[in-house]
Amino acid sequence: MTEDINSPDIPVPEELKGQVAITTLDRIYNWGRRSSVWPMMFGLACCAIEMICTAASRYDLSRFGMEVMRPSPRQTDLMIVSGTVTKKMIPQIVRLYNQMPEPRYVMAMGACASGGGPFKEGYNVVSGVDKFVPVDVYVPGCPPTPQALLHGLMTLQKKIDNESINTSPWYSQESSEEIPIPILGPDLIDPRDFDRIAAQRNAVAEPAPEA
Amino acid sequence: MEEQRPDPTEMALPEQTIPSDELETRFQGGVRRDDRDGYEGYVVDTGKLVEFATTLRDEMGYDYLSSVTGVDYLPEAQMEVVYHAYRTSGGPALVFKVQAPRQDPIVVPTLTGVYRGADFQEREIWDLYGIRFSGHPDLRRILMWEGFEGHPMRRDYRETYFEEEGKPFKNRWPEGAVYRIEDKQPFNKNVRYPADFTPDGWVPEGDAALYAGMMKVGPDGNGNGRGLGTEQIIVNLGPQHPSTHGVFRVVVTLEGETIVDLKPVMGYLHRNHEKIGERNTYLMNIPFTDRLDYICSMSNNLGYVLAVEKLMGIRPPERAEYIRVMMVELTRIANHLWATGFLLNDLGAFFTPALYAINERELILDVFEATSGSRMMCNYMRFGGVARDLPQGILETVRELVFERLPRRVDELDAYLTGNEIVRSRGIGVGVLTAQQALDYSAAGPVLRASGVAYDVRRADPYSIYDRLDFDVAVRYNGDVYDRYLIRLDEIRQSLRILRQVIDGMPEGEIQTGKPVYQVRVPAGEAYGRVENPKGELGFYVVSNGKPNPWRYHVRAPSFINLTAMGLMCVGQKVADVVAILGSIDIVLGETDR
Repeated sequence: MTEDINSPDIPVPEELKGQVAITTLDRIYNWGRRSSVWPMMFGLACCAIEMICTAASRYDLSRFGMEVMRPSPRQTDLMIVSGTVTKKMIPQIVRLYNQMPEPRYVMAMGACASGGGPFKEGYNVVSGVDKFVPVDVYVPGCPPTPQALLHGLMTLQKKIDNESINTSPWYSQESSEEIPIPILGPDLIDPRDFDRIAAQRNAVAEPAPEA
Repeated sequence: MEEQRPDPTEMALPEQTIPSDELETRFQGGVRRDDRDGYEGYVVDTGKLVEFATTLRDEMGYDYLSSVTGVDYLPEAQMEVVYHAYRTSGGPALVFKVQAPRQDPIVVPTLTGVYRGADFQEREIWDLYGIRFSGHPDLRRILMWEGFEGHPMRRDYRETYFEEEGKPFKNRWPEGAVYRIEDKQPFNKNVRYPADFTPDGWVPEGDAALYAGMMKVGPDGNGNGRGLGTEQIIVNLGPQHPSTHGVFRVVVTLEGETIVDLKPVMGYLHRNHEKIGERNTYLMNIPFTDRLDYICSMSNNLGYVLAVEKLMGIRPPERAEYIRVMMVELTRIANHLWATGFLLNDLGAFFTPALYAINERELILDVFEATSGSRMMCNYMRFGGVARDLPQGILETVRELVFERLPRRVDELDAYLTGNEIVRSRGIGVGVLTAQQALDYSAAGPVLRASGVAYDVRRADPYSIYDRLDFDVAVRYNGDVYDRYLIRLDEIRQSLRILRQVIDGMPEGEIQTGKPVYQVRVPAGEAYGRVENPKGELGFYVVSNGKPNPWRYHVRAPSFINLTAMGLMCVGQKVADVVAILGSIDIVLGETDR
């Protein structure tokens, strides 16, 4: 464990090893964060079953310090989007994401969350959660096996290891902006698309001038 | 072995138990036989529908309405609603239909007054087909949201990502360059708006209507008129809630802690299974059925292949039948273990009982993985057989599980849980559903049998080799949460009993009738295949017009229809019991919302 956080450049005397660690702020921050990623208890579809199996005794998520699944977004670090994201559900997903405290991570588990998967063509399916929230790790599979999910979590740990308090967005001066919550209209409306929808309407109202 | 196999022609034409002319003569001109090729049952005039259904229920013993579904016959410009009614004493279905011209508004009288189980199914038909059911008590959209544009299951509705009417698509790599369908859409998303739509000043419909309908008192008065008035409040549970088993939402009206009214809200996982299924070829639908009730993929496969085999008039070889039953019964055990573990989760024993249950389920999943290549999404059954033979040595693994390990583990769960103070006090007398109500609300599976109705499709209308197997239909009589827990243990034990016979009797031989083909020929007609899934009766209604893609592909989902009775079970209980009652119904959202 101490090897993880000890800075290799500064030698620690042999007799003090195991009691003293010399490290950088980045490393100790990242070490603490990567070892206690609390996922949100948030299951959407089939993948949630494999996520539960991953948390159960055979695959044992607690080896990674991640077994504390919280149903409230306020207490979580990681949102595992485990299943098909539908248009009816995406407003809630965005709201949950907005409610998570920073630093926060999103994992798209399985084909549906990554890009719509087998249900992509459906009229009620969002083709990937990354159309609305930023995704850190994509885990392929339909559903991904528990091993694949664990690999995804380790990939996330690697990503956390490389963060720095100088560059991480959550330590910058500006507070991060909330993602506008999509609206259920005649179809799903992303508030960021308002201009484009208006432009479409205007194009209908005023037919293009004859060339 | 060969002579045991029934003649396929017998299978394709189930015998009618009704005297042939009785219904027609009785409803002079209002009822006629459906004489289209490959179709069965009766076509009823819309005006006579309620009377006809009442006669069926009260005089002919068809006390159970299994499935209601709409079909859009676009070329004939007709909308049809198809009903499948059964007798709980056993026997084949009585199919009846009403037809209405395909011109808005399409109106059909509701059957909720005769069979309450039609409630959610009629709402679904209104949502997806735009058929209005006159007299329905609460005709709102159910899977999509209020305000959604269009009725998406109509054959002329084209989704945003529409490419071609049916698969397989011609070429997705025109001139060697692959394209993504997003790139062809103006918003790069799966959305489309009416031409004159503008979001400025536009107000979403929201849930105001739902809430208003659930407040039982006016704005100026509170209380129930007896004694002190207490304020009614409306509480939402879900869709993000750890005890809803997925993305499910219930809206509850409370007076104090007592539930006055409860309405399930669903559709948060509506992923258009049926629409996609009608664009797919018959074979392509098998992996999609895996994802319906994703805990029981094997038995979903079986239900679907049975329906299509009925249309094709084929039967699998003996060994394939045995393998199918083995897989399906293993699935039942896995599902009931899971359901029991998570019911205990909902009762407050967080995750420990579930860990025991998941442990055993993993061993069953190992068998599935060895056989089919996948833990959960097995995609194993084929029309006229199974995809591949059992791998070497797996039968010994199953034998060890079935004869040694699982019986002990079930006894262990039984010993830990059945006498437990908390399980008893939170289960006994909570969420009671009487036998009459369970039938009326078309409840199925363990929910129906825990209420004292010994109706099991494996026994009442046997499919595959169940008529040759020795097992008891598990029944419990109190219809409460505790009985719904006990009946799952009973069913695990019965499944183990079936499995012992299947393993001992497993014959050698072929696993597929004929050669496996990608593009099956399905003659025109309709078929309703149903199996006793762990959650209840799973039915597939398939209409073929002889083309490579099904014209209609409907799933009668037990989780969905069992929820119809949830409000009834919850009213009068305390708010904390909602979670226990929901856990005891055992729903899976993939199937509820499809």
